[in-house]
Amino acid sequence: MLYKIAGQFKTTYRADQALYPIREDAWLLGVILVLAWIVFPLTASEFAFQTLLIPVLIYSLAALGLNILTGYAGQLSLGTGAFMGVGAYACYKMVTIFPEMNLIAALLLSGVFSAMVGVVFGLPSLRIKGFYLAIATLAAQFFLIWLFEKWAWLYNYNASGAIQVPNIDLFGVAAAGPLASSVTQYYVILAMVTVITMVVINITRGNQGRIWKATRDMDIAAELIGINLMRSKLMAFAVSSYIVGVAGAMFVFLWRGAAEPNLFDIELSFRVLFIAIIGGLGSILGNYLGAILIVALPVVLNIVPEWLGLDIKSATLEHLNIMIVGTLIVGFLILEPHGLAQLWRLAREKLILWPFPHEGRQ
Amino acid sequence: MEFLSKVFIDPFVDMVAAPDFLMQVVWEGLVSGVLYALIALGFVLIFRSSRIFNFAQGIMVVFAALTLVGLHEVGVPAWISFALTLGVMFLLAVGIERVVLRPLVGQPDIILFMATIGITLFLIGGGELIFGGENKRMITEELGIPTGSVVLEPFGGLLILEQKDITAVIGAVALVVALLAFLNYTRMGRAVRALGDDHQAALSVGISLQTIWVLVWFIAGIIALVTGIAWGSRAGVSFALEIIALKALPVLMLGGLESITGAIIGGLAIGVLEKLFEIYWGQPLLGGNTEAWFAYVLALVVLLFRPQGLFGEKIIERV
Repeated sequence: MLYKIAGQFKTTYRADQALYPIREDAWLLGVILVLAWIVFPLTASEFAFQTLLIPVLIYSLAALGLNILTGYAGQLSLGTGAFMGVGAYACYKMVTIFPEMNLIAALLLSGVFSAMVGVVFGLPSLRIKGFYLAIATLAAQFFLIWLFEKWAWLYNYNASGAIQVPNIDLFGVAAAGPLASSVTQYYVILAMVTVITMVVINITRGNQGRIWKATRDMDIAAELIGINLMRSKLMAFAVSSYIVGVAGAMFVFLWRGAAEPNLFDIELSFRVLFIAIIGGLGSILGNYLGAILIVALPVVLNIVPEWLGLDIKSATLEHLNIMIVGTLIVGFLILEPHGLAQLWRLAREKLILWPFPHEGRQ
Repeated sequence: MEFLSKVFIDPFVDMVAAPDFLMQVVWEGLVSGVLYALIALGFVLIFRSSRIFNFAQGIMVVFAALTLVGLHEVGVPAWISFALTLGVMFLLAVGIERVVLRPLVGQPDIILFMATIGITLFLIGGGELIFGGENKRMITEELGIPTGSVVLEPFGGLLILEQKDITAVIGAVALVVALLAFLNYTRMGRAVRALGDDHQAALSVGISLQTIWVLVWFIAGIIALVTGIAWGSRAGVSFALEIIALKALPVLMLGGLESITGAIIGGLAIGVLEKLFEIYWGQPLLGGNTEAWFAYVLALVVLLFRPQGLFGEKIIERV
């Protein structure tokens, strides 16, 4: 049904190795892109931009960064929140030191700083593995947050200890700060996310992606077939922290508008990790599905009691929300440990085979 | 030069100049170290027997303490609510094993780790829903724990030991001794260790995985309750405890994920060293609050030299 691979012949190796070898996949992607680029911005309300569209994109970008490290290279990290913070503070310092700087350039450059910090904290991964490494990344988490608080130079010595995004124009339109409209911010984020996703898809499909997967599956074996583990792991930390840093800079500059150090605390790290795991480790699509679920869930939970005419206190609702997220995580792990992306893969398989029930080719 | 002397000389001069203050700092560190060690202990038990990195140990401490205080608030006498809380922790262990762990047997470690984070969120939400989020007072006197203080005068100075801290230390030692006795001298305890050594071999000689897992989570619950009482009597019972419970993680790293000795020694070492660092280096030189990260960085440095922690099992890797 819908998916008909019969009749789609591949006559060249190039066609067989294409990004979307099945025509329907390309169509589906086209529909999603049209929705994201044209339909949503035209129809969405301010509320939808601020609570759904923008956060989904930013969180999925952060999860994409983490997924490279954890899903592709197999190095569990619990310090994502702090690396987002590094990106945000780096962007803030650049924008305040060079007010003329182009916003896009600042966002892209801020990733470089978090990549450098990421490599430094990735060095232990050469000696430490598994859960020991996960706890080691917690050192980054707590140390960096402490640094954001104590190093007054980072927030320009202002009394509140928080960073406030100034008004920044991009090609004559206000893109960041209090004057910017949500649509502009949405388009900037969407463009960045689209480009970075395309780059990441190609990196993970290529040589580097295979090196990472070999490192993940068994690092000693990978070393024996001639993979330089140090380079592979540090590269994963660098690329991952770069993307996470850009996501962090956009998180503050194009969404929150201001940030305190504790915005980047361990809860943020865990939220991004949930998205990556519920979406599916080692999958690109999964990050988006996971982000949609985690971001939309509290919004839906807030609306449901109103529909039902129930009067529940907001504090109660918040606690219920935490409980439900916990339950969902456990539920999804039991239902499909490989995440939402795997559910989609199975569904797609069924669609291709339909109406025949048996398992066929992959 | 002046900076070097501030880092390497002044702190030691301060220590020698006021030995009673130094002893006070070490004592405070030891007490919090005992509590870190207790949390780490519950964790090690679960990790050894099931390879599950139990992130929920910290929140179990809060949940147990909240249940105890909550039951007492609705009028149950202190000791009966203690017993009832033990019952609740047992039900929790059964529930977790039934609902969460059984369907996930054999999944990769990271999946089980995520599942325990799911449990953590569930307990946070559920706990706040039932007991409310505000800070509660631990029922220290009602449980018969003395609350006075002992004043010593070493070197002509002043050293104040709170009696509830002394009780906490004694209680922790008793708990560890009982636990070691249980693990080494009872059939059940040996079964726990067997399961930790080799799952399949243990199953093939007739040890029930399910029973042992429930048992281990229940013991972790008991440890959580004791920790909760000890910590609650110092700082009150609230969800802020959970952040402190994260400190058990560097303890585990330092001591090794599998080692009970490691958990105890690591806990004490981190408790004492982070207090010393905070008082003599952190506050004068770094602007304070270094306790937030010192333990992690210390563990990280140790791990660079011993990747399996001080007492962990040597990691042997084969292709």
